[in-house]
Amino acid sequence: MEISRHWRLRKQRYALVGEVCPHCEAKLFPPRDICPECGQEARTTYNFSGRGEVYSYTTVYEPPAGYEENAPYTVALIKLEEGPIVTAQLTDLGDQPVEIGTPVEMVTRRLRQDGDERGMIVYGYKFRPVLARVSA
Amino acid sequence: MMSEVVIAGVGQTPVEEHWDKSLRELGLMALKAAVMDSGGLRPQALFVGNMFAPQLSRQAHLGALIADFAGLTGIEAATIEAGGASGGAALRAAYLAVASGAVDVAMALGVEKFSDVIGAKVDAALATGGDSDYEAVQGLTPTAQAALLMRRYLYEYEVPRQAFAGFPLIAHANGVNNPNAMFRKAISEEVYRQAGVVSDPLNLFDVAPLADGAAAVLLTRADLLPPGFPHRLVRIAASSMATDTLALHDRPDPLDFRAARLSVERACEKARITPAQVDLFELHDAYSIYAALSLEAAGYAERGQGWKLAQNGAEPAVVSLRGRLPISVLGGFKARGNPGGAAGIYQAVEATLQLRGEAGENQLPNVRRAMIQNLAGPASSAVTHLLEALDG
Ligand SMILES: [Zn+2]
Repeated sequence: MEISRHWRLRKQRYALVGEVCPHCEAKLFPPRDICPECGQEARTTYNFSGRGEVYSYTTVYEPPAGYEENAPYTVALIKLEEGPIVTAQLTDLGDQPVEIGTPVEMVTRRLRQDGDERGMIVYGYKFRPVLARVSA
Repeated sequence: MMSEVVIAGVGQTPVEEHWDKSLRELGLMALKAAVMDSGGLRPQALFVGNMFAPQLSRQAHLGALIADFAGLTGIEAATIEAGGASGGAALRAAYLAVASGAVDVAMALGVEKFSDVIGAKVDAALATGGDSDYEAVQGLTPTAQAALLMRRYLYEYEVPRQAFAGFPLIAHANGVNNPNAMFRKAISEEVYRQAGVVSDPLNLFDVAPLADGAAAVLLTRADLLPPGFPHRLVRIAASSMATDTLALHDRPDPLDFRAARLSVERACEKARITPAQVDLFELHDAYSIYAALSLEAAGYAERGQGWKLAQNGAEPAVVSLRGRLPISVLGGFKARGNPGGAAGIYQAVEATLQLRGEAGENQLPNVRRAMIQNLAGPASSAVTHLLEALDG
């Protein structure tokens, strides 16, 4: 069930809470406690805006266990406006073609269903095109 | 003082779906073949390269399992796990064990058994090689990750999509003469062009097939070889390993296989050679894009130019069997098949056969030095070995 594991990650999954390095000001997501830029301790939380653009993307037709009901789905590397890149699914795509450079924003969606009989559902961030909201 | 480490024996099973054989049976087949090839040396230590047995076969603790099944109870044995680079890491462990003088004879055995489980469970197991909390949770698979890199590569360097045909064409042509290869049929550019999409832009021929297999390499010191050792002697001239961020997205430049580059630099420095002095390169072509990025990381091509080494022009492609730097000489991951944590040992076996002059129809003329490189995921770990034929 891994309830405690998902609970530990709730700030990252629901709100993109990362860190800012107090020594060199590097913005870090996911949080990692030791700054990869300067090697010093970085434990100051930082709220990312959730805005970014598509760095690359592809489609998954053969999903891992727990992801079957969404397949096929689009997974992407998103370059956040603060600098870091995150891996995330794209959602609410409609008929719009995705391209490298498409502006996107974070939303919270269902990520997976754990495969046991009690069927715990895991929620977290996905990204949707910014323009989709304007035209909707 | 580190001792010189030589390859005393090699063994392998065909790479295929071995429905009739278990993990331990596959392991034993390769182990016995390597012992016989060495003239009967008995390993004092066994390092098993494997990634998936705990998930797909519900079996951890492969060191004791295989030592026991092989009648070697009592010896030192353990699993070495480094994702897709488990085989390379096991080879390095065996190398260090002999080089340090800790043991006289060590075996690196790679074994992987995929076919007991099918479909989504295999994909879920594969995804555990990445960052579980931040990659796998998003439904990312290793194949999708390679697709992300390939799309970015095509975009950033403005490379024609069809250019990647070169890698699987070469691998499949080279697999024809390897009796242990999963696919022994050459393919054409037209077949590549029409292949079905797996994860765009990757098509079926950009992705190496996963299959069962086991391979083994027996290492010792030259002075301990049995009298009348029948093979040209091959030594391990250098062994190195490097890591990068586990998650691809944590890298400042995802198209730079930094760990691959570092491991080549470290190996070449130890052997006091440059990459240009290598006669063949067994690289990690689990995906055609990884072949291009590995060639660039090793310094054989500028960034964004690796694909050009697989293009035929007036001369055969640089990395073809008749080129200056052959790769995937017995089919590589693409045609021999990708047996997960065993793949790095297959690379060592195949390079040894080439350096001994025992590679059959695909034997390269005048080869003295081989580089083999085993990656995990998008080079989150990279293990590089330099093998060298000793004359006289
Ligand atoms: Zn810092």
